[in-house]
Amino acid sequence: MSIGASLKRLEDYNLVTGRGQYVGDLQFPDQCEAVIIRSPHAHAIIRSIDVEEARGFDGVLLILTASDLPDDLRPIPMRLSPDPILEKALQYPLAKDRVRYVGDPVAVIVAKNRYAAEDAADFIHIEYEVLPPVTDAVQSLEPEAPILHPDAGTNEMYLIHGRKGEAAERLKTCEHVLEEELYVQRHSGIPMETRGLLALCDEGERLTVYGAAKVVHFNHQLMARLLNKNIDEIRLVETDCGGGFGPRGEFYPEDYLIPFAAMRLKRPVRWIEDRLEHFKATNHSREQKHRVTVGFDGDGRIYALRDEIFFDQGGYIRTHGTTVPSLTQAMFPGPYDFSDIEIVTHLVLTNKTPVGTYRGPGRFEGTFVRERVIDMVAAYLKLDPTIVRERNYIRPEQMPYSNGLSALGQVIEYDSGDYAETLDRARKFMGWEQFAGKQSRARQEGRFIGLGFASFVEKSGFGPWEFAEVEMRPDGRVICKTGLTEVGQGITTTLAQICSDQLGIPYGDVSVVHGDTALVEKGNGSFATRGAVVGGSAAWHAAGLLKEKLLKVAAGQLEVPVDMLALKDGGVVYAEAGQAAMPLEELLPICSDLGISLCEKYTFHIEHMTYPYGCHAAEVELDPDTGALQILNYYIAYDLGKAINPMLVEGQLIGGMAQGLGGAIYENLKYDEIGQLVSGSFMDYLIPTSMEVPEVTTEILENYPSPLNPLGVKGAGEGGTVAVAPAIANAIVNALQEYAIPFTSLPLRPERIREALKQRKPER
Amino acid sequence: MTEKTAESSRLKTITLKVNHKEYTVDVEPRMLLSDVLRDELRLTGTHVGCEHGVCGACTIMMDGRPVRSCLVFGVQADQADIVTVEGLESQDGELHPLQKGFWEKHGLQCGFCTPGMLMTACHLLEHNPDPSREEIREAISGNLCRCTGYQGIVDAVEYAAKEMRERAE
Repeated sequence: MSIGASLKRLEDYNLVTGRGQYVGDLQFPDQCEAVIIRSPHAHAIIRSIDVEEARGFDGVLLILTASDLPDDLRPIPMRLSPDPILEKALQYPLAKDRVRYVGDPVAVIVAKNRYAAEDAADFIHIEYEVLPPVTDAVQSLEPEAPILHPDAGTNEMYLIHGRKGEAAERLKTCEHVLEEELYVQRHSGIPMETRGLLALCDEGERLTVYGAAKVVHFNHQLMARLLNKNIDEIRLVETDCGGGFGPRGEFYPEDYLIPFAAMRLKRPVRWIEDRLEHFKATNHSREQKHRVTVGFDGDGRIYALRDEIFFDQGGYIRTHGTTVPSLTQAMFPGPYDFSDIEIVTHLVLTNKTPVGTYRGPGRFEGTFVRERVIDMVAAYLKLDPTIVRERNYIRPEQMPYSNGLSALGQVIEYDSGDYAETLDRARKFMGWEQFAGKQSRARQEGRFIGLGFASFVEKSGFGPWEFAEVEMRPDGRVICKTGLTEVGQGITTTLAQICSDQLGIPYGDVSVVHGDTALVEKGNGSFATRGAVVGGSAAWHAAGLLKEKLLKVAAGQLEVPVDMLALKDGGVVYAEAGQAAMPLEELLPICSDLGISLCEKYTFHIEHMTYPYGCHAAEVELDPDTGALQILNYYIAYDLGKAINPMLVEGQLIGGMAQGLGGAIYENLKYDEIGQLVSGSFMDYLIPTSMEVPEVTTEILENYPSPLNPLGVKGAGEGGTVAVAPAIANAIVNALQEYAIPFTSLPLRPERIREALKQRKPER
Repeated sequence: MTEKTAESSRLKTITLKVNHKEYTVDVEPRMLLSDVLRDELRLTGTHVGCEHGVCGACTIMMDGRPVRSCLVFGVQADQADIVTVEGLESQDGELHPLQKGFWEKHGLQCGFCTPGMLMTACHLLEHNPDPSREEIREAISGNLCRCTGYQGIVDAVEYAAKEMRERAE
């Protein structure tokens, strides 16, 4: 059995030997290179653009401004959660008359190479009339705030109102009420490879674009629509991809501009995003303010939850529409059974880089706020925070359970799970029962240690469908075509294992083809932890149909009923005893002689998402002099129904934890008051290194397989990330419990820990 | 002077040895070594992740030292002896113990930081054949990885160190 085995990845040989082919590695004859000229201002009117001097430079081939693009060009539409109200704030590939964030594309310059293009870029003269910017979502709603999109007439582009029961009424009757403001800072996926594209256009106007990722087939359709071409005149090809995490692979202005430039020049045009450019141009994420109110009784049972969320969208609506704010809301109650809920989210424009999804969108933010609030309730009542969690969990017998809220066009309905169990495992592993004693002994030695927990529910397996085509070749090798894409998560190995399991062949005999619109007929792509659930199930079914076909032919030849046979060890075997009946080498020529096609397609549809869950726990030590934080022990329990490859799941959890840690302590896309990004380099934007990321212990549980797909899988992509910030924040607060410092905003910087320790004397 | 001669007069001829093979190329003095390797010599295993010397993806061995090829001009590498990820395998195609380790221990996901990680780890093991996990973490702390959380990479370097020690015995 391949499924469930920690098999080595099929992806790795090329990648460890330097044979990978990332988009920047491709080179075609006559290739030239594009550089994007971007706004240096957060908010300004473009008065004039003079490109004449730059045009005269050696090696310059083409300069484009908005006036060079077709008059009827439409802005880039929303891919997910679209709403007509938001259309007035969509982004055009090049700014026409106004720029709305530092990094807004204004012109494109193509030259023989990037050195020449950058030389000439300095001589494009753009006159701006600088307007006052707004850089804070709450301020952006004030009457005197400058309006970003005059056609829209307001910076509040959207209001989402979700409710179950009567939270306002219920709060009036609660014994205790707690109100808090919490904040999650801007940060983003920041993959190690920046974005890049390479577009070729032949004399017959046929376009090939390398560097597509994530949602290749969707972008294929969109590119055809925006470029006004037939879909069969364009081919999108995925290359090796240096990390996805949400931002990469969405349709950005460059996804229009680079193919457009190639069509104009009839030469291969390459654009590789510069790292400093990446920080300004590629989607940001996460920035939210919450004003949350909870009502509870003396035992810590929470009845009513009210939250008002201010969601900082940046300068434009991009491809995710309302996805992140609506997911924030709908997943905000997490694993708890609150009877009355009311959540209002304001989606607000500011003069900053537009935002989209980043690993665990909405859940990283919501889990931080919710799990801090749970600990605050516990602190208020002087109760054990793990007991408060236990008293509020949805119980297994309440499944399936709906919290009454909706996102991505469906009502949230948890399918299965036992939330208390993962907390219990975390408590035992971390020694919670003995911790108070350990903590007081440490304090006597002058050491500040603390232990914190955070529970979470994830969502995965977003539909509506995924496609697979599985073919067995005459030599017994299998080709599995999938609509998914590879962003480093190991989908090639995962699908090979699934096909191997169905067809009884080694997983190394399966070649997975993905991300090429000329080879794979359709697909929805890799995002929202949907790959293994939806694409895996499609491959399972397609390979299953192929298995049935093979067994039927074998049964005919062997003159036995089909159900007596199975596929195993590279051939047909008798199911019961397992002895060989007919090797594939014998069966495949027979199929060929009979004219039987050994290729099966399957489109797997799924209406509801599935919900993995778990618990994070962190033990930290704080340096009372410097505020420095050290993670002594970190644990994740995660129930994902079924792990296809536990090694890859562990890799997702630990890698995800490192990103969550970045968001908890280090990463911050910070703007000054005039809207300049002040942390736009790796010198200022701190990605955790091997010195910051601790050793992480993971426990992968398979207690509650999803009833919604044949594999029982619930997905592994995001559970490592979403609960890191509250686990660490709760541990910090636990270490400093007699200081009564709230720690309600991210990142949890050491200077804040130090300041807090200096300013507030212990309450003795 | 025509444009063409103006350009060619700016070019410098450099000779460098990369993975035991000698190359002579004409480069602009401002051309980065990472671009020389990737665009001129077509050795694209060396990746460029930030071009400001922080991420470490472009790390190569130059005259026995790990350097960031985005912080070196091609002309500075004249007469240098360079090893890149393409030079790690043995002549008969056997993987270097570090390459095996990364594969065995799930030391990579997207693979973009991997070549730089391998070169940095290579230098560590040349100087410290039996590093502790903490020493490995310190040695690779100048190489950013966004996928793995580093644990698999530390496991991989430990695996390779052990294999190399056993070979040496």
